[in-house]
Amino acid sequence: MRIDIDVDQCVGAGQCVLAAAQVFDQRDDDGIVVLLQDEPHSELREAVRQAALLCPTNAIRVHE
Amino acid sequence: MPDKRDPSTRVSGGNDRIVVVGASAAGLTTVESLRRDGYAGRITLIGKESRLPYDRPPLSKQVLTGAWHPERTALRAPATYDQLDVDLLLGVPATGLDMSTQQVYLHGGERISYDKLVITTGVTPRRLTNVHHLAGVHVLRTLDDALALEAELRCEPKVVVIGAGFLGCEVAASARSLGLDVTLVDPLPVPMMRQFGLRLGQQVAELHRDHGVRLRIGTGVTRALGQQRVDSVELSDGSVIDADVVLVAIGSTPATEWLTASQLKLDDGLVCDSLCRAAPNIFAAGDVARWHNPRFDLSMRVEHRMNATEQAMAVASNLVGATTPFAPMPYFWTDQFDARIQAYGIFPSGCDMTITCGDSAERRFVAHFTHKARVVGVLGWNMPKKLREARNLITAPSS
Repeated sequence: MRIDIDVDQCVGAGQCVLAAAQVFDQRDDDGIVVLLQDEPHSELREAVRQAALLCPTNAIRVHE
Repeated sequence: MPDKRDPSTRVSGGNDRIVVVGASAAGLTTVESLRRDGYAGRITLIGKESRLPYDRPPLSKQVLTGAWHPERTALRAPATYDQLDVDLLLGVPATGLDMSTQQVYLHGGERISYDKLVITTGVTPRRLTNVHHLAGVHVLRTLDDALALEAELRCEPKVVVIGAGFLGCEVAASARSLGLDVTLVDPLPVPMMRQFGLRLGQQVAELHRDHGVRLRIGTGVTRALGQQRVDSVELSDGSVIDADVVLVAIGSTPATEWLTASQLKLDDGLVCDSLCRAAPNIFAAGDVARWHNPRFDLSMRVEHRMNATEQAMAVASNLVGATTPFAPMPYFWTDQFDARIQAYGIFPSGCDMTITCGDSAERRFVAHFTHKARVVGVLGWNMPKKLREARNLITAPSS
């Protein structure tokens, strides 16, 4: 599993962090997504998929 | 793209078929989540607009300012719909529902049979009397609406925005950021008062004033003036302001006219239980759905982007056998000038606002909203990360 993020699309909703805090964080100043790991372990797969589904701006792409 | 098969095969095609009426974020998410949850039966997605599903939040911002090409609002690439194995019926409004025969009536007379039905028809902009008869007066709900308004903004008009809620404030900010002369009109004393109350509304008013938006608040609109095209707007205090372009953004009503003759209960939305179920085989999601949110023990209808996704995911799961109440923590955001305002929870009128982090003068803060001595909502102004951390403080209001 590999993750791409589009920071131009991101609005800093933070839903990805709520879904998968081991994979996503937010910048302190503007809340834009920070990818902590772009090829997470398979046990995080469901959480990452959930994060991508919940993202209100489609800023997360998951390649499996 | 319209389905080319013989309509008669559809009427009889009742073998495990889920029909989703409304092809925007909630409808699309329902389809995607059904496939993700393993549903292998037939799915039909019906939409009033002829476009593939697109995202609405950018319409009042990136699309209106021309920063985004309209194609960028597409929620999925066209090839995705083949992968989802979904029958798309776009450009065909639903006109009625017969629950006894389990059929949806479409414009043009076609009938679509369903085993289970999901209603995600969204909302329709409200209109004012004595305003919409002139050219240059707009509403904003669809991508076509946004493109029509964007084209007019390119001619450097004087803009009047009627209604200072989320949409009106965003459009005022977008138009002003293009350097246009913008007046924002609302009968309430401050912008966004209905959403967040007087104190936060004062902050929003200051933000807009500092960026050069003229505020005519505390006054309504009586009529638009002009020959064929609007040239001014008359306010309820008798004054008249110049206007080349007018946007009416005074809220929306649930798109349920097509259900009026059905037995479904309509009351400012399609009324559902906590599973988002309006009848045994009928569910609803997104802006159109009024459901009982057990987290707050409240009947709610939420017109925000995040809810469309979350509610559709919950509906899909309940369609394929789960019985999980939908108990979300509402989340929403708005971007106006350099302000990113985000909120979790509920904001009942009369709740108290306390700034708990940051400083309102610096326009970076988190505020708690309390009702009956409990935190029921948190709002962040340019403080997304701190806001997310404050989310856990929200508890249900005591009854």
